[in-house]
Amino acid sequence: MRPRLDLPAWLFGSIAVGALFGLPFVISKANRIVPGVPVGLVDALGPGSVLRWWVLAVIGVTAVLTQRRWLRLVATGLLCVWFALALGHAAQLLTPPGNAVVRIAPGAGFWCAMASVALLGVDAAARLQLRALARLALLGLVMLVLWAALASGYFDHVSVVREYAVNADRFAHEFSRHLSLALGSVLAAVAVGLPMGLACQGRPWLRQAVLSTLSLVQTIPSIALYGMLMAPLAALAVTVPTLAQWGIGGIGYAPAVVALFLYALLPVVANTVLGLASVDPAVVDAARGMGLTDGKILTRIRWPLALPTIVTGVRVVLVQNMGLAAIAALIGGGGLGTFIFQGIGQTAIDLVLLGALPTVALALAAGVVLDALVEWLDRRRPA
Amino acid sequence: MIEIESLSKRYGELTVVDAVDLIIPKGSITAIVGTSGSGKSTLLRMINRLIEPSSGQVRIDGRLTTSEPAPALRRRIGYVIQGNGLFPHRTVAENIATVPQLLGWEPARIAARTEQLLTLFGLDPAIHARRLPAELSGGQQQRVGVARALAAGPSVLLMDEPFGALDPIIRAKAQEDLRTIQRQLGTTVVIVTHDMEEAFLLADRIAVLDNGKLLQHDVPARLLTHPAHPQVMALTGTTDRALRLLSLESTAAIVTAGEVSGPDLPASMSLREALSALIWAGATAGNVLDAHGQRSGHVTMQAILTRGSAAR
Amino acid sequence: MKASGVIRVGVWGLLIAFLLKPQVFAPAFAPLTQHDAPAIYDQGDLATLAWAHLGLVLTATSLSALLAIGLAILVSRGPGRAFLPMSRSLVGIGQTFPPVAVLAIAVPLVGFGIKPTLIALVAYGLLPIFENSLTGLSQVPASVLEAADGAGMSPIQRLWSVELPLARPLMIEGLRQTLVISVGTATLGSTVASQGLGEVIIAGLLSDNSAFVLQGGLITGLMAILLHDAVGLIAQRWQRPVQ
Repeated sequence: MRPRLDLPAWLFGSIAVGALFGLPFVISKANRIVPGVPVGLVDALGPGSVLRWWVLAVIGVTAVLTQRRWLRLVATGLLCVWFALALGHAAQLLTPPGNAVVRIAPGAGFWCAMASVALLGVDAAARLQLRALARLALLGLVMLVLWAALASGYFDHVSVVREYAVNADRFAHEFSRHLSLALGSVLAAVAVGLPMGLACQGRPWLRQAVLSTLSLVQTIPSIALYGMLMAPLAALAVTVPTLAQWGIGGIGYAPAVVALFLYALLPVVANTVLGLASVDPAVVDAARGMGLTDGKILTRIRWPLALPTIVTGVRVVLVQNMGLAAIAALIGGGGLGTFIFQGIGQTAIDLVLLGALPTVALALAAGVVLDALVEWLDRRRPA
Repeated sequence: MIEIESLSKRYGELTVVDAVDLIIPKGSITAIVGTSGSGKSTLLRMINRLIEPSSGQVRIDGRLTTSEPAPALRRRIGYVIQGNGLFPHRTVAENIATVPQLLGWEPARIAARTEQLLTLFGLDPAIHARRLPAELSGGQQQRVGVARALAAGPSVLLMDEPFGALDPIIRAKAQEDLRTIQRQLGTTVVIVTHDMEEAFLLADRIAVLDNGKLLQHDVPARLLTHPAHPQVMALTGTTDRALRLLSLESTAAIVTAGEVSGPDLPASMSLREALSALIWAGATAGNVLDAHGQRSGHVTMQAILTRGSAAR
Repeated sequence: MKASGVIRVGVWGLLIAFLLKPQVFAPAFAPLTQHDAPAIYDQGDLATLAWAHLGLVLTATSLSALLAIGLAILVSRGPGRAFLPMSRSLVGIGQTFPPVAVLAIAVPLVGFGIKPTLIALVAYGLLPIFENSLTGLSQVPASVLEAADGAGMSPIQRLWSVELPLARPLMIEGLRQTLVISVGTATLGSTVASQGLGEVIIAGLLSDNSAFVLQGGLITGLMAILLHDAVGLIAQRWQRPVQ
């Protein structure tokens, strides 16, 4: 058969080309607050060897034309590296020597090109149907490259990295706080949700009551839920001073983690119930017929069969809470949202990005890791 | 009449239907048979252009099927598929009204037609018209599927394994109904089936397809007595071909004058059934009853056996 | 059926009464305040804010629905089918994208106010509707599609009278999910100066007044539940009664 035209590759390839040469590649700002001057890709890179354009053209054409998915994955990866290097180069070139105030921020051209190419790469990766382990390795590779790039100093003049340098100490603190909010709340939800799900097993009235109550909780907007927990927790801290010593109070970490916990509860309980209920009754019947006790049926039959569904629920809440944890900053709960809301307040976009980009990255990474785990469990389960 | 001229369908290197020539007489039932992958469904779908041919042409009543847009063509041709394909969100009446609505009939005419068809297919309009397909039994759904295909009075009805999803008893009833209604309306029917029993029961002519090629197109008896290709013999089967041959004729075909002592055999009974009846009764001959129940003559077991031999 | 009707009318009544005459409910919220702070939000009219909030949510959801259903139709047929695997990956990524991040990234692009909120709501609301529409459209049995083609329906007639009606229940389910998410997410809009009920909650957070937070949360929560319920009711009416 004639090789057919790969429409998505052509479309997103064209978008990337258009964005690279039609939109500003970087924005040069006199300081971190003021609006900047757009600079196109050619001007941003300055004079230099034509070799880099050849490299771009060869990788780009390969990425669009190839029929081999792994080759497209590699080519799109290399394109992203090229864009990043170009950004770093432009930032070095456009920053006057010794000037720490000028900000060279990535422009719409950079973002659009990066997004289109990344999308092609993700699509290629998805169609490769990589195994769980391979996807984890790919994620590890991306993180390693990212870390090496930032550590190399090549990107130090890029605006977001500058913003990071200014806030380095706080960043480490808020980052770990963010993780602790998201992970802590999910762990607590699993610890509470699993027994709740188990208790609902075989008791329809209880299941109905628990699930509808938790659904109601989910309709409360996150910032309101945070706020509503302030009063009871403050009251609790006043009546039980020991709790206050542990840092539990009306504002800060405690209401944030409790709110996140409440949000996480529904998917965990619902998926536990679903997973346990979806075990084929004939299997349970057969087990009973062979003389297994109810306890053994639970631990040896229901539980292993339900596990992938339960972990899928955990995936949903972990990804969700990685994002929701950003809102905790509004009630002094800390986390990456601190930068986002400060940035919005100061109209400092670099600061917003310093909070938003890692939040997105954490959510995506959590999704990849938990997806891999679900797949691994599914594979282990005898079909 | 459907005239198929050197019709082919190729997907890349693969030829699914290979230069088929076939003339389907008006008002007949023609069965297209073959193993799965023989190209029989593809051939059928090229008639109403659900699949566009790679080469060759089809004429219906002298008119090229490519002379009008495919949707317009399909509105003139009835089409029934396995599992009926009823629209689950539309009532029985609305399902039947599909093509008349597409053709822009008056609502009153559509209503009258729907009622007429429901009655023809043994469904009570008062009860069934406003039901959803899911509320009907499998056999009723299948009947509604055929009624829908006949709604606009097409001269041609294409059927692709229409009875495949039915259980044997309902299936036999549906086949009988189809034959009755086809005789009544004079529709030209082309039916694709992998079930030889069904083909021999229903068809006036059978077209055997293998690997996209037409091996033989003839009346059913000739397929048994003069198979054009070993594959035709393999498909029709050799172990029970004598009985199959007997099933194609009725007692009326070999009735001779005179009354004998033996069981009564209706004139519409096939020779195969008559033979069975004689064996069961331990008789060597039986009396033939005409449509009014009058004895019109007799058949002997010897005469039946002769009809079933290749040497007749 | 009757009991649920009574509850429904009661909840609507409660919400409307609270929005029109909030002061009547002041005693209920007074215990939550400290240092003689007002028990009812006093920096704006609750009904106006709720109205603006509702308008924003409905506008965003309508836009999301148009876009999402249009896209789902495009990628489920013809040359658009080439985009199907990619659109599925996109939905997957989109769902991991935190709404706050969408909002935060929209601000530098379009400035403060209603615009970034609308963009974030539309973008975030696309996903449930798109995914459900795609599932709905792809679940139409092949035999039904073939029957429609065989009956001589044009592609548009087939889409309009067979595929869309059959995909409708799932599409509406997606719409309901989007509505609930949007009502909640729209409160975040107040952090970027978009008018809505988020103002009440944030005012409460800033002045440490739990009464404000609670009433803001309650109104939005009720709004989400009632919208979810109302769309379900409308959809039920829309589906023909079965004899």
